[in-house]
Amino acid sequence: MSKMNITIDGKNIEVDSNSTILEACKKLNIIIPTLCHLDLHDLKMVNKSASCRICVVEVEGRNNLVTACSTPVADGMVVNTHNIRVMNARKTVLELMLSDHPAECLSCSKGGNCDLQHMAERFGMREIRVTGKSQSTYRKDKTVSIRRNLDKCIMCRRCETMCNEVQSVGALSAINRGFDAVVAPTFEVNLHDSVCTFCGQCVQVCPVGALTETDRSWEVIEALANPRKTVVVETAPAVRVALGEEFGYEPGTNVTGKMVSAFRQLGFDYVFDTNFAADLTIMEEATELLERIKRLKSGEKDVNLPMLTSCCPAWVAFIETQFPELLDIPSSVKSPQQILGIIAKTYFAEKINVDRKDMVVVSVMPCLAKKYEAGIESFKEDGNPDVDIVLSTREFAQLIKLSNIDFNSLENEDFDNPLGESSGAGAIFGTTGGVIEAATRTAVEWITGESLDNVDYKSMRGEEGIRIANLKVKDLEINIGIANGLGSARELLEEIQAGNPRNLHAIEIMACPQGCIDGGGQPYHHGNIDIIKKRKQAIYEVDGKKTIRKSHENPSIQKLYKEYLGEPLGEKSHKLLHREYDKKERV
Amino acid sequence: MPNKIKVNLNSSHFQELDSFIDGLETTEGELISILHKAQSIFGYLPKEVQIHIAKRVNVPVSRVYGVVSFYSYFTMKPKGKYHISVCTGTACFVRGADAVLRDFEEELEIKSGETTKDGLFSLDSLRCVGACALAPVVLINEDVYGKEDAKKVKEIIQKYMKINSEG
Ligand code: SF4
Ligand code: SF4
Ligand code: SF4
Ligand code: FES
Ligand code: FES
Repeated sequence: MSKMNITIDGKNIEVDSNSTILEACKKLNIIIPTLCHLDLHDLKMVNKSASCRICVVEVEGRNNLVTACSTPVADGMVVNTHNIRVMNARKTVLELMLSDHPAECLSCSKGGNCDLQHMAERFGMREIRVTGKSQSTYRKDKTVSIRRNLDKCIMCRRCETMCNEVQSVGALSAINRGFDAVVAPTFEVNLHDSVCTFCGQCVQVCPVGALTETDRSWEVIEALANPRKTVVVETAPAVRVALGEEFGYEPGTNVTGKMVSAFRQLGFDYVFDTNFAADLTIMEEATELLERIKRLKSGEKDVNLPMLTSCCPAWVAFIETQFPELLDIPSSVKSPQQILGIIAKTYFAEKINVDRKDMVVVSVMPCLAKKYEAGIESFKEDGNPDVDIVLSTREFAQLIKLSNIDFNSLENEDFDNPLGESSGAGAIFGTTGGVIEAATRTAVEWITGESLDNVDYKSMRGEEGIRIANLKVKDLEINIGIANGLGSARELLEEIQAGNPRNLHAIEIMACPQGCIDGGGQPYHHGNIDIIKKRKQAIYEVDGKKTIRKSHENPSIQKLYKEYLGEPLGEKSHKLLHREYDKKERV
Repeated sequence: MPNKIKVNLNSSHFQELDSFIDGLETTEGELISILHKAQSIFGYLPKEVQIHIAKRVNVPVSRVYGVVSFYSYFTMKPKGKYHISVCTGTACFVRGADAVLRDFEEELEIKSGETTKDGLFSLDSLRCVGACALAPVVLINEDVYGKEDAKKVKEIIQKYMKINSEG
């Protein structure tokens, strides 16, 4: 790479010739304000819209100020980032932006987390000289997962880049122009009627309160206050390694014990673990996979392979809308969230002698698609949903704060049994590669009949969007694909449609880049991808510390089959733990 | 109320569009010219056509719609049998184009950008058509009307209704 010399604010620096002024400034520890710009390099996303102009700087010899985030360096360039001209321009840009932005910070769900609010604070904005007359008033759109309030949109177009370029979903596009410009689904239908999968990645990157989750915490408060209800909570593996961030802990701190304790303080009657349900998922999924492979080995034609995992509802929505012709290959097992819900409302409800109508299952998830999933009609009995209310990690943190709990001083506590016991295999469901590694641990032992020496399948771990692992188990060759991010999923699915050249037998797919640890409901990462890496490390540490690390060795799971379910893929398991898929026509 | 003017979404139109797309060396960067062509074939860009183009060009429909909504030239509403364009370029504006537009809106009981319920007239405005000497200028299909006609909006409309009823 050739180098270039440039001068910024009187300091010299040598940078790669393909750098932007912004990148050069970073090297000199000059922090240029940015809003629309977002560089998630490791997740294959750079938002280059250069639309907000808050990052303007002066380049000597050029008439106009330039945007630092999008202007490449040139040899000998002299840049001023904070002379009076630049500072005036920047201030005007911000004032213009604020002038047509609703000043609702006090009641905005991005309040405290909003990049625009931070910017106003950083600029010390005390008055806004321009008053906007043309505030846009685009209709609000509320789905079960996501709320769009486009009056707050600053047209940075990060959501569009995320949805189209990373996720390849194509639900969002900038439409209209001038004051009428907004980001909207095709033909301006509501998000619910679009191809949106509710992955929530657009919410994760939206700098302001234009895109947020649909908040349901108050319903939880009401359920907890209702003496006639038995209120059960379940929580996913990725929540415990991110929740701490909301209370000042270092990213990657595992706060499981305090989290359980917080649930009890809030008044939940039973604190269960979605990791338990993940173990149950593996029992069914590994059985299903081995059964399909057996059919293939016996020479049967047209076996529905490769088998695709089905625990991520956004991914399921994606295949239902975009690849309906492949709907016979996913595993039919429900997601761990739904499995915990139905087992709580059948097996456990019977055990404690409570009618399912008097039980409320609350689910705390890193995910916004789980909100949508819980509302699917086939996951209800006589209108009573298996999972009643889904909260994001962020909403749960809010609920703790609202309830006067000093999270940091809580003692560590353990989950309730029987739906609280889990193996290390259940824990790694929260990160890309984890579901298939968990399934492999069980499948391999079932094939060989021997205990594994080493359960760590390092070949399945990693960060790339698509990874392949080839296993040899006795005389069986099993080829495994892993995709994270829906864009990567699309690539692998197109490969399957083109005849499956790598001869894959099983594919794990998670809609969110890096998996649920970077879910749409997690604490905002504000573009700092190191946070995601630390959460991932923490997940593997949870697994490593468990004495039981294989789903089929979880004693509570064994007991559940013995007492209630019978066999994996048996009649009862099939009825409770499996599902069907629907083709969906959307734009 | 059903549209009396037949909406032409027949397959020969789609064939014509497809052969245009097939004739392109690459579809990359050609979305706008394809939409242009499609609008000239169909008269407007209904959803079905946008979905079709998205498939052919291999971009999300949302992107196609984004482009269609960005350029006021593109329309998703079928144009009337008689399409009225009022020039609102500078010269025409100074000579009262906005009043002319308002007269048409009132007379036809539609807003600029809309089509009458019977499908006979549609109305919109456009930028300088290069006939400033005649300002304010109105185009109805191929016919040009200038300052002499500005006060006769009602009569002009009646003229076309008559032409239409005489077949
Ligand atoms: S939730 Fe996901 S699929 Fe839906 S609009 Fe946002 S990024 Fe696109
Ligand atoms: S909705 Fe949010 S992410 Fe999308 S353009 Fe508007 S401000 Fe940016
Ligand atoms: S990857 Fe996880 S967090 Fe993301 S949509 Fe799927 S289940 Fe939800
Ligand atoms: S941050 Fe550079 S233009 Fe928005
Ligand atoms: S401004 Fe109307 S014709 Fe030129």
